Amino acid sequence: MISFGLSEEQELVRDTLREFAADALRPTGRECDETSSIPDELLQSAWELGLTTTQIPAEYGGGGEERSLVTNSIVIEELAYGDAALALALVAPSQFANAILDHGSDEQKQKYLPLFCGENFHMASLAQLEPGPVGEPMRPRTVAEPKGDGWVLSGQKSFVVMGDRASHFLVFARNQDGVDAFIVARGAEGLTISEPELNMGLKGLATVGLELERVEVAAADRLGGEAGCNVAQLINNSRVALGSVLLGLSRAVLDYCVPYSKDRVAFDEPISKKQSIAFRLAEMHIECEAMRNLVWQAASHLEKGLDASAQARFARTYVNEKALWIADNGIQVLGGHGFIREHPVEMWFRHARTLSVLEGTAGL
Amino acid sequence: MIDFTLTETDQAIVDYNRASALICRKYARYYDENEHEMPPEVLPEAEAFYGETPLPPKGGPEDTSPPVMMALHSMISHWGDYTIRLKRTGGGLGNAALSAAGTPEQQQKWGNLVLSMAITEPGCGSDPSRVSTSAVLDPETDEWVINGEKIFVTTGIRAEAVVIWATLDKSAGRAGIKSFLVEKGTPGFDVPHKEKKLGIRADDTAAYVFSDCRIPRGNLLGGDESISKKTSGGFRGVMKTFNMTRPMTAAMGLGLAEAALDFTREQLAEAGVEIDYMAGLSSQSAAAEKFIRLEAIYDASKLTTLQACWLAGEGKPNNMESSVCKAHAGGAVRAITQGCIEILGAMGISREHLLEKWTRDCRITDIYEGTGEIQRLIIARGLLDYTRADLK
Repeated sequence: MISFGLSEEQELVRDTLREFAADALRPTGRECDETSSIPDELLQSAWELGLTTTQIPAEYGGGGEERSLVTNSIVIEELAYGDAALALALVAPSQFANAILDHGSDEQKQKYLPLFCGENFHMASLAQLEPGPVGEPMRPRTVAEPKGDGWVLSGQKSFVVMGDRASHFLVFARNQDGVDAFIVARGAEGLTISEPELNMGLKGLATVGLELERVEVAAADRLGGEAGCNVAQLINNSRVALGSVLLGLSRAVLDYCVPYSKDRVAFDEPISKKQSIAFRLAEMHIECEAMRNLVWQAASHLEKGLDASAQARFARTYVNEKALWIADNGIQVLGGHGFIREHPVEMWFRHARTLSVLEGTAGL
Repeated sequence: MIDFTLTETDQAIVDYNRASALICRKYARYYDENEHEMPPEVLPEAEAFYGETPLPPKGGPEDTSPPVMMALHSMISHWGDYTIRLKRTGGGLGNAALSAAGTPEQQQKWGNLVLSMAITEPGCGSDPSRVSTSAVLDPETDEWVINGEKIFVTTGIRAEAVVIWATLDKSAGRAGIKSFLVEKGTPGFDVPHKEKKLGIRADDTAAYVFSDCRIPRGNLLGGDESISKKTSGGFRGVMKTFNMTRPMTAAMGLGLAEAALDFTREQLAEAGVEIDYMAGLSSQSAAAEKFIRLEAIYDASKLTTLQACWLAGEGKPNNMESSVCKAHAGGAVRAITQGCIEILGAMGISREHLLEKWTRDCRITDIYEGTGEIQRLIIARGLLDYTRADLK
């Protein structure tokens, strides 16, 4: 049955997260960007909200609540409305945990899920993106060669979110049959973790590069064990999550431009009374609505276990294009002030530009 | 709960509509090329279709709500053809105005007629407050005397009567505008011609002329003759009808856009162009990439339209949403059909195929029922909390 209605619980989650984002994220975003760091207390306070733990089954120590990708998309949108870089940081552990939850073998679930059910923030990262031009999500350059029962990984990864504090990495690599994901511990022999990378946007978010020089992985550490895993689904999941981040960011830009344009006077009237500005704002609103529907469609299809590669791709492609347009035009509405770091719009533009090239760096 | 899937019952209804729409498509080209002929009210295939195809079950409370199904139905019929139907039913926009604003007596008297709606004039389109067709009461005979000219009247030929906008007092602006019911055949009411158009040529868009056309006093829609100084009077009541008609207009254009996408997908497959939703930039043709983008625009627009209808079904306000979906679809259908032509090249503009026709047909989507610009004005006023006077 086609329905656009949120459940009461989803409305409650949305309102709670909206408040948290306004109180804790929006005021902090700029400083994190300027100092390239995120305070531990902030990560801890989000951890205590249960962002990661809530949907992990009780048998592993989690909250045991129903796993809903639509709810998670709403959570991410609201967090990103506060600040996109902080949103990615706060949901980063969930991405690893959810990959284990959805695709892991029983043994992997028992081993790794309890790590995310403790009282303190715990991080493990996905390593999907690679340096070098034109990334192909289903054909990474990193390779996994079979050796005995296990595997040997060789290659390079980049933009590994919060890799500086990760206990484990989920490394995507190509083997003879296609692509797989492998769990690699931080101290593994042959693994080198770079200093945090220097990026255009999301500067508060520490991202690292990985160098894998013949890193040996046991058979049991291939995600899903012998069965392997559905990497396309992990990618789809990530596409919808990144779409949710950009959606929240786009709304933030619009909501910043509306009062600004009503205050700013030119030629004896607020610029919002000019169609060139008013229509731009209308366009931003139209596209926020359209983006959300595409994101929800993909999240809902994935949640139902349907093949949602097309819908996830639509959510990614469309949201990328429109969010970039919105962030770019946010600067234009503010004119010179849009270029000045006193206002957040230039930062959101850098965030959007950065988010639009990412793949596999957020999950639902 | 958020859900974008159809139930079995929904799907049966969709399949039934699609089968009927495909029959209509066979007539699409003929009535495009022979604009002066009126398509039949009932197609020759109708009897066999209704006889042989079992009617789908009616949707229940667990199925998709009626307004959403209505939009899907509209998309599918227009996916077949903009105008041609197995059996034409239902009224025009005038019927929507009658149900929204008519008195019970008027509903009873006029409800069974096909009613067109005549707003636009040679000198006014998007700004209906400039309507200059006049209605003057003749107290001796208790009749309204109508004078003026109307153009772009949808279903203007088939209609049995019309709801026209005319002003009681031009100096009162919007508040002076009232709606009147005028029956075809009333002396002084002429239908001089069918308009010649870029697309939707089978549709009977007409021009009307009223010269000293006299109608009974009771034909004023809603019956209220007063001119309020504070509100815009009956105007607002009539504008409200757009909250459902705008999403339906969006749906109509999207049906044509979907036809264009389906045709292009088939042609790409035949040419061996694969579409891979997981592919990155280096492993897929530009044609496939472009096509995926058009599909994404389509889904975004369709969902936004269904959302406006869903809100109506829930009894929630959808004023903004109906403008959002109309504005979005207006641009979307242009981008999609023209993008499909670009992908297919010469085949896209050939009259051997229907793509060029769909492209011409759907161009009206961003114009009628409020242009894209008017929708953006409405949306911007909503966002900025502005009145009509604040933002023009």
